[in-house]
Amino acid sequence: MNATAPLVDVRDLVKHYPGERAWLGLGKPKRVVRAVDGVSFTIAAGQTLGLVGESGSGKSTVARTLLRLTEPTGGAALFEGRDVFALPPGELRALRRRMQIVFQDPYSSLNPRMTVRQTLREPLAIHRLAAGADADARVAALLDEVGLDGALADSYPHELSGGQRQRVGIARALSVEPAFIVCDEPVSALDVSVQAQVLNLLTDLQRRHRLTYLFIAHDLAVVRHTAEQVAVMYLGKIVERAPATAVYQGPRHPYTRSLLSAVPVPDPHAPRRRIVLSGDVPSPANPPPGCPFHPRCPHPKKNERCRTEVPALREITPGHLAACHFAAEPM
Amino acid sequence: MTQPGGTAPLLAVRDLKTYFVTGRGGGTARAVDGVSFELYPGETLGIVGESGCGKTVTSLSILRLIPEPPGHIRPGSYIEFDGRNLLTLAPRDLRAIRGNRIAMVFQEPMTSLNPVFTVGDQIAEAAVVHQGLSRGAARARAIDMLRLVGIPDPETRVDDYPHQLSGGMRQRVVIAMALVCRPQILIADEPTTALDVTIQAQILELLERLQAELGMAVMLITHDLGVVAGTADRVVVMYAGQVVETASTAELFAGPRHPYTEGLLASIPRLDRPADRLTSIPGNVPAATHWPAGCRFHPRCPHAWDKCRREEPPLLDAGTPGHTARCWLVVEPQRRRPAP
Repeated sequence: MNATAPLVDVRDLVKHYPGERAWLGLGKPKRVVRAVDGVSFTIAAGQTLGLVGESGSGKSTVARTLLRLTEPTGGAALFEGRDVFALPPGELRALRRRMQIVFQDPYSSLNPRMTVRQTLREPLAIHRLAAGADADARVAALLDEVGLDGALADSYPHELSGGQRQRVGIARALSVEPAFIVCDEPVSALDVSVQAQVLNLLTDLQRRHRLTYLFIAHDLAVVRHTAEQVAVMYLGKIVERAPATAVYQGPRHPYTRSLLSAVPVPDPHAPRRRIVLSGDVPSPANPPPGCPFHPRCPHPKKNERCRTEVPALREITPGHLAACHFAAEPM
Repeated sequence: MTQPGGTAPLLAVRDLKTYFVTGRGGGTARAVDGVSFELYPGETLGIVGESGCGKTVTSLSILRLIPEPPGHIRPGSYIEFDGRNLLTLAPRDLRAIRGNRIAMVFQEPMTSLNPVFTVGDQIAEAAVVHQGLSRGAARARAIDMLRLVGIPDPETRVDDYPHQLSGGMRQRVVIAMALVCRPQILIADEPTTALDVTIQAQILELLERLQAELGMAVMLITHDLGVVAGTADRVVVMYAGQVVETASTAELFAGPRHPYTEGLLASIPRLDRPADRLTSIPGNVPAATHWPAGCRFHPRCPHAWDKCRREEPPLLDAGTPGHTARCWLVVEPQRRRPAP
């Protein structure tokens, strides 16, 4: 894709949660939950990868293991050429300055007993970036950067609206001047009119600071406006990965197609070709054999092979990968 | 107001005011402040607005589910159903309507289900209460309802507890519960918001099919104009406790007359029109204890002038029958500023 090495290079990431034993740890162990099962992607510096999936697809687990907020079971994650998963604690802390996260719910991710100023000064103190008057000046600059009135510095989270809280969450991530930010459903909890404000802010900040984003979302419409590359996850695996335009104009995996068709279009005259999937997402503790999507797949050519053989994520056209036995054929 | 097909409304809400007294001298929150609209037989009416606009309080007021105190429905409010005012009905008469002729589906299916009763018991409960069904008949009815809402293997599922079902299945159960007495009106408050996109599509399709089969009127409360576009016949847009625009769905999307509706439409991330920057509405929804003077939208409105800051516009006739907008631009269109 590009000549330079990617900023983030995730290779075969695996996160399994061991099955717990019932009856105070003496019973039969439950099945292993394969939350993330061999996920690979790269993100070039200054670009955004949109990672899309429904609940239980493993998208948030990818984010958390990538930042080592959860320890991975296997695989590697190269950040600026070094494997995040192999770093000793001291170096990990230094690296945390370079990688930050913005959480979905800005209320539960802010400490209710800390003012905005205290929240923003904490990372500056931890990473010894600024103290005293210097730190206050940084706080003022950060608030200005995310479009918040400086007078809000001494407010507590409960005094702020949802959109303002999310701006604080973004300012906190920016405070340590990271190169890479994981945005874990940053606008899902916000109202539509405020959603647009926050999405625009994230786009502006990316341009201004040449930030790299992993943007996690449960719907393809939000990602449409932010990402250059899109990866779609289902049951712990990436089922399609391609440049954004290719995903939106010519999706190759039937799951991506149905996700696209399920996005409600705000136009009563739009032709509605909603592909309604039957059934629910199976449990990652008990995934179906063969293609994990086969029980819900509406593909007309679905056959015995889908039920027995796991389709590999393979390149269909240059840069466009899909994990479906029929991805190369026209639908 | 014109009536589709000249029929009389099934439900008419007139000047509904539901206020909440807040603690510690915070003042009175005028959550719903003079809302009027009507619902016609067989139609789907979308009630759209962002959090804090009063859409949920409106729907709870209809069935008098507002906790009092702190809430109270102001005298002068009127909700007509079947020739009677629901707000002054004796509790006994109200109970005969609630869950029987007007039913409700809430946003979060897990909190609307009792975890210690089987889904069959919960579905049949309303039919036992309102129609005096026997145990055996109630169970058979519950199985029928599960089949109606598309739950596979209903004979087994009827004995399941809520935690044994997925989110989408639970919402189907809640819908089955609401429809067990074949209500004339179904109030669905954000029925798909807590669900994944593909499950949301299933539930919307289910509601559409059930409405066609049962011929009921649906009041669909949502923050999502995309959901409304695909399902509603008419739309009521709410902002700051008031109705700001009413129109047929086609007309609302083709020619919104209120700047708030325009802003909402423009700020939706769209698959079909990718844009580098989304249009957004500046500022935040004001607090219900301190609605702005004049037009409540004026601090966020790109067109506002002095009159908007001083005088509150009434719902004005926007030209075509049934289309109204609470905006002075309707009478002074020359004040509209061109988009930057």
